[in-house]
Amino acid sequence: MHELSIAMDIVRITEDETSKANATEAIKIELEVGVLSGIELDALKFVWPSAVKDSVLEKAELEIIEILGKGKCKDCNTEFDMENIFDVCPKCSSNFKDIIQGKELRVKTLEVI
Amino acid sequence: MCGTCGCGTDGNGATILKPGEHSHSHHEHEHHHHDDHHHHHDHSHPHSHDHDHSHSHKQRVIEVEKDVLQNNDMLAARNRGYFEAKNVFALNLVSSPGSGKTAILEKTLTDLKDEIPFYVIEGDQQTLNDANRIDALGIPVVQINTGKGCHLESDMVYEAVKKLEMKNDSILMIENVGNLVCPSMFDLGENKRVVILSTTEGEDKPIKYPDMFYTADVCIINKIDLLPYVNIDIQKLKDYALQVNPNLQFFEVSATNGDGMDTWYKWLKDQV
Repeated sequence: MHELSIAMDIVRITEDETSKANATEAIKIELEVGVLSGIELDALKFVWPSAVKDSVLEKAELEIIEILGKGKCKDCNTEFDMENIFDVCPKCSSNFKDIIQGKELRVKTLEVI
Repeated sequence: MCGTCGCGTDGNGATILKPGEHSHSHHEHEHHHHDDHHHHHDHSHPHSHDHDHSHSHKQRVIEVEKDVLQNNDMLAARNRGYFEAKNVFALNLVSSPGSGKTAILEKTLTDLKDEIPFYVIEGDQQTLNDANRIDALGIPVVQINTGKGCHLESDMVYEAVKKLEMKNDSILMIENVGNLVCPSMFDLGENKRVVILSTTEGEDKPIKYPDMFYTADVCIINKIDLLPYVNIDIQKLKDYALQVNPNLQFFEVSATNGDGMDTWYKWLKDQV
């Protein structure tokens, strides 16, 4: 259930940002979640209502921007799409790669009033 | 949900998840954080303000662009700096329950405690059992009970480390909560992450739980004394693990009869 910890971290960041902006309530939050981030989106959505209860996010619309995975082979430099963290280079089958996209777990924007 | 990560064994996810549930020690941890940020308490004041002067509040967008894990990562960096200054080599031991984390720890401490000063942080949902096992060996130990929480976070380690009063040039073993999913995302400030598998587990575990193997530096395969009785292809297990993380370093050991432990000990001593 690490998604609950993650959701509570999001609440903490939002409380900080809302307060810094002298706002009272968040009405929309945009999250960027990479498919290789280790977060189950279903689990995050499931814990969300409990996590945001009594916080500035309680009534906010949650928009999740899913970011696709991309790797770059360290052996042959091929860039390739990744669905799993263990995907190998489709060209040379090497296990050695850099993940260049898909590990994101970020609060992108917050719409406040 | 419980099937996803192995925690929340009450079977009623909604009850476990309620943030107001103060008996949930993980939530206490979150509240503790809010206490640090005093503006959280101000939250209710602007609210009433809102009702009085709603016209003055304009809708606007804040470009936050913040990593969700930044708080954990920041405290982990703080732990790491402390370890570095004291020349403490910190290991984060992760595995599913029952792979033999504590047994490996006990064996290692018993055999090396006269050569290297050790400290241990035990993470479990409940009980002081593991801490008692380590304490019986005369090793300073702190137990973190996470309650329903399924992983350790860097602030818990920070608090535990303060209680340990470690000497310089020592090794800190942090035994994480038995769980192959959740602890993978949470940096504790360790120097190396050690994932432990046992021969009684399936050889495809590395690709079933890839995040943990991706973030680990070392993989210990425990219970090799059982190899004659179990149907596991160690090479296949290693191939799967290397597919996830080609930089993994392996040790094959039996914490029960001591086989293979010498190679592990040599590696440990080389790190201090």
